Amino acid sequence: MSIRKLCLATVAALALASVSANAVTLRYANQGDLKSLDPYTLNETTANAHLGHVYEGLTKRDRELKIIPGLAERWEVMDGAKKWRFYLRKGVKFQNGEDFTADDVIFSADRVRAQGSNFQTRVPKGAKFSKIDDHTVEVELESPNPIMNAQWDTWYIMSKKWAEANNTAAPTPASATSPSHASLNANGTGPFRIESHQPGVKTVFKPHAGWWGKKEHNLDEIVFTPISNDATRVAALLSGEVDVIEPVPIQDIPRVNSSDKARVLAGPESRTIFLGFDQIRDELLESNVKGKNPFKDVRVRQAFNMAIDKETIKTRVMRGLSTPSPLMIAPELVPWPKDFQNPKFDPDAAKKLLEEAGYPNGFEVGMDCPNDRYVNDGPICQAVVGMLARIGVKVNLNAQPKAQYFAKILKPGGYKTSFYLLGWTPGTFDSHNVLYDIHGCRAEGSPRGESNVGGYCNKTVDELADKVLVESDTAKRNALIKEAFQITTKEFAYVPLHQQALAWGVAKNVELSQRPDNSVLLYWATKK
Amino acid sequence: MPTPTPEEVKGLVASGGATLASRIRDSDIYLSFRASPLTMLAAAIVVIMVAGALLAAWIAPTNPFDPATVFLADASIPPRWQQGGDPRFVIGTDDQGRDLYSAILYGLRVSLLVGGMGVLLAAVIGITLGLVAGYFGGRVDAIIMRIADVQLTFPAILIALLIDGVVQALMKGVPREQSAIPVLVISIGLSFWVQYARTIRGSTMVEKNKDYVAAARLVGLPAPVIMLRHVLPNVIGPVLVILTINLGLAIITEATLSFLGVGLPPTQPSLGTLIAIGNKYLFSGDWWIVTFPGLTLAILVLAVNLLGDWLRDALNPKLR
Amino acid sequence: MLAFILRRIAQSLLVMVTVALIAFVMFRFVGDPVNQMVGVDTPQAEVARLRESLGLNDSTIVQFGRFLWNALHFEFGTSYQFRLPVTQLLGERAPATLELALVASLFALIVGVVMGVYCALRPNGILARLFQAISLVGVSLPTFLIGILLIYVFAVTLGWLPSNGRGQVVKLGRWWTTGFFTASGLRALILPAITLGLFQMTLIMRLVRAEMMEVMRTDYVKFARARGIRTRSIHFRHALKNTLIPVITIAGLQLGSIIAFAIITETVFNWPGMGLLFLKAVQNVDIPIMAAYLMLIGLLFVTINLIVDLAYGLVDPRLRVAMRS
Repeated sequence: MSIRKLCLATVAALALASVSANAVTLRYANQGDLKSLDPYTLNETTANAHLGHVYEGLTKRDRELKIIPGLAERWEVMDGAKKWRFYLRKGVKFQNGEDFTADDVIFSADRVRAQGSNFQTRVPKGAKFSKIDDHTVEVELESPNPIMNAQWDTWYIMSKKWAEANNTAAPTPASATSPSHASLNANGTGPFRIESHQPGVKTVFKPHAGWWGKKEHNLDEIVFTPISNDATRVAALLSGEVDVIEPVPIQDIPRVNSSDKARVLAGPESRTIFLGFDQIRDELLESNVKGKNPFKDVRVRQAFNMAIDKETIKTRVMRGLSTPSPLMIAPELVPWPKDFQNPKFDPDAAKKLLEEAGYPNGFEVGMDCPNDRYVNDGPICQAVVGMLARIGVKVNLNAQPKAQYFAKILKPGGYKTSFYLLGWTPGTFDSHNVLYDIHGCRAEGSPRGESNVGGYCNKTVDELADKVLVESDTAKRNALIKEAFQITTKEFAYVPLHQQALAWGVAKNVELSQRPDNSVLLYWATKK
Repeated sequence: MPTPTPEEVKGLVASGGATLASRIRDSDIYLSFRASPLTMLAAAIVVIMVAGALLAAWIAPTNPFDPATVFLADASIPPRWQQGGDPRFVIGTDDQGRDLYSAILYGLRVSLLVGGMGVLLAAVIGITLGLVAGYFGGRVDAIIMRIADVQLTFPAILIALLIDGVVQALMKGVPREQSAIPVLVISIGLSFWVQYARTIRGSTMVEKNKDYVAAARLVGLPAPVIMLRHVLPNVIGPVLVILTINLGLAIITEATLSFLGVGLPPTQPSLGTLIAIGNKYLFSGDWWIVTFPGLTLAILVLAVNLLGDWLRDALNPKLR
Repeated sequence: MLAFILRRIAQSLLVMVTVALIAFVMFRFVGDPVNQMVGVDTPQAEVARLRESLGLNDSTIVQFGRFLWNALHFEFGTSYQFRLPVTQLLGERAPATLELALVASLFALIVGVVMGVYCALRPNGILARLFQAISLVGVSLPTFLIGILLIYVFAVTLGWLPSNGRGQVVKLGRWWTTGFFTASGLRALILPAITLGLFQMTLIMRLVRAEMMEVMRTDYVKFARARGIRTRSIHFRHALKNTLIPVITIAGLQLGSIIAFAIITETVFNWPGMGLLFLKAVQNVDIPIMAAYLMLIGLLFVTINLIVDLAYGLVDPRLRVAMRS
């Protein structure tokens, strides 16, 4: 580059910089990366929230998580919830200018269920989509499902023409060996479009001028950067380099609140953090107990439940910002949380139970734990190691980055774990998801129990879950759910630890709404 | 042979002891040591720290590596003299309720162990390759020295990181708690051997042409015996200096790797891991978690480096 | 002369091939690329097809040849973490690392020379002793501890400087992003550059001090003084000039290790450069990135060494004689 050209480029760059300084730019930093822009690659809250600025589903959820119309203006449930009809919004345009029609919905329904999609359960397997006219779609189900659209706010509709023209009609699997067009580019109907995307470095969003909805923000630009280091993320907020961060490490909340630049928005998250046991293998992968699996014995599971002091984890590790829970679902999402009690913290009784189960001297077991996924996940696991040591169980902790962790313990990795810590938010905000996905019996070829890493299985619970799915009477449904949770609690299927608190750091001149599902949705943000 | 009387034995021991003591007292090294108060201070610090690390199991109030003795309820307590301090924890506790003083002693033990073993491994590798290269010369020599050249172009920390990554990948499935120390020792050993090899090779090439080696060869002793029994004692001197100087580097390397999260896990913290833990709480006011391990590491490395510098100067006749 | 140059180039190539071999072994055998790509539910036939398409069934020599060929085209495969071409990932982060390394080198050079000259001229001054003490700390303290200390003092306690990131960057051309044109970009550079440059600075300072003291003792300085040339002129026109040649050489040689040491600094300051990418790769066992980074750093070191060697060969008459014989 010649000197002259360099000078010109510099001047141009400076001019650009000064222009963007006048515009309202919201800078947002998150702990995690946005790896793929393909909305069917990874079903994870953070990624879904990011892409929710660009893409939209047939339904949306409002600030209180209530389902509201999205790309579908309204819908009808017919034939005992076996048939649904969706009336699509007219005049909606994709960001490349194409019109949104029923063809796009049908295309997206196929794509989301195709091999490689991480969202296959969004749309029931046998559901038949048919186009009535350009703006009406009918869905026929094999079995009734009154909550079919509960997770459709994160089933994002893609453009058929765009996907086909760019050779990206198949979903990009998380294990793809090369990036697809859709993983680097986006074309949605949402309030923002992607201006530029450097995976792991920076993603810039700009408002989509032709958006159909009513604008509730005053932003000209959103700049997203991942900052994985807790301290640096907080420092960036306090120095005013970024306007919003998620999460604020809980130990830094007082510091953020005492600064004159920012504040913390905190609240209980609908995510349950729990410990799970491998109770399906006949011998644990990582243990000194050979020939049998101690976790198949309910007394051992009970002992673990009694040995863990959730209150101290709350006060010390979580610094008061967690809600210890006996349930595997957030208490706000069920009507009878008070009917369930945390098992009494009693290490002596736990030790006795272990003795009865035939482990008077305890045993050794490996534990898998992420160290960059949930609030203080590493320290929680370390604390669990200490508490279990007191009843004689030696835990070999393997705390690892989430990428390795999930690759090891989830289905693609062959559920290779003996004892693990996981967090779960039911995407439907409904108990059925919890009963089906993390309590359901695993079976080859069925999505039931896909995230039931430990392989807990009770046919009665499965039957109850199936009944819950089709029951439309709320009272009866709640009773069924309660019955199922009573069984799983009695069998100590898991060790539920707590609902973690969500904590966002927000600059004082920024207003935004916090949803308990921890989705940072900046289309509700205003900046002064 | 008549048995010596007890008096004679005593006399022998006494005179021998006296000769040894006076020999040390009159030696140049000792004199230069006495002449430098900074060196004496550094030596005292190193001795205290090594003793503290060795005796950690006896002098530390708690065992921070035994999770059964750590109580989460004690987490993040400030040093005793601060408000909220607890007399049980002189310089406070970390985020898991470990007594920081004990954790530092044990961490020091890990740091010194890994650093020491790593440097020793490096010395063994380096000396072996250096002896072989120097003694045999020719193609063997050329290959070994080319490898050394290539490796010398990279900073040791980068090599250690790479080896750590590779060994980790190979040891996939082995929990960090068990694999960390061997992985670190191997990483350090393989990153620091070049200097030994070069030094030993140089002196071996000189020694091998001397008469005593020729004699040994004539007698028909096999090459490994000649190298180990005859050449090695005559070339080992400078290795001591390199050992001391490298120990500081090895400790830094271990601490850095642990700080970067590819070393010892938080359940068995070394000084570097403790600093990494404390770094998380830098902004939240829990200053002691990072400060005390950081100070310990800084002082240890400084003291070891001062000793190394002094030893190099004392043993290097050119500078004297 | 030509023979010398050719021999040095051949040696450099040999080194690069060795580095490539190590990178290839890592890439091929440490993390089996196929295992990283497929899930458990991938059918066996698909795995076999993938092996074939990646050429993993060819002989090792052929595979190594292909690896070398690809490396020549900056083709290192796909990152296991990001599912993106490694070259693209490294390319995006290169400007951040290079700018940081440049500023750190300049800082080390300028401050190191100034402090070194001062120490040589006033060896017993209080300031000189302070500089000496700083230099001792600079070589002894681990980089990450210095970074934490600087963050604690200047970012946490005083709140003067940012503790992380590059600040606002501006795009130059298609590939380059720079933090040089914005206030926040420049402010963000200060602490990491000091952290990264400190070690080199002490090195340069010690070198300048030693060289300068040596030069001051030489005859021609004594002669100049005898001729009545002003002290200032002696110091700067004669002594310093003679000192700077080896100093600049060392600084050049050290540029490679500055880039390598950036790994630590970038981690402490969350600087979005290649070093941070490499560290994440080590943590996540992302072998393609590790292999590519190794090759890149290897190339850098070999090139720098080669240039320095050749330059010396051209400059130093003694070496020239040695070469001829």
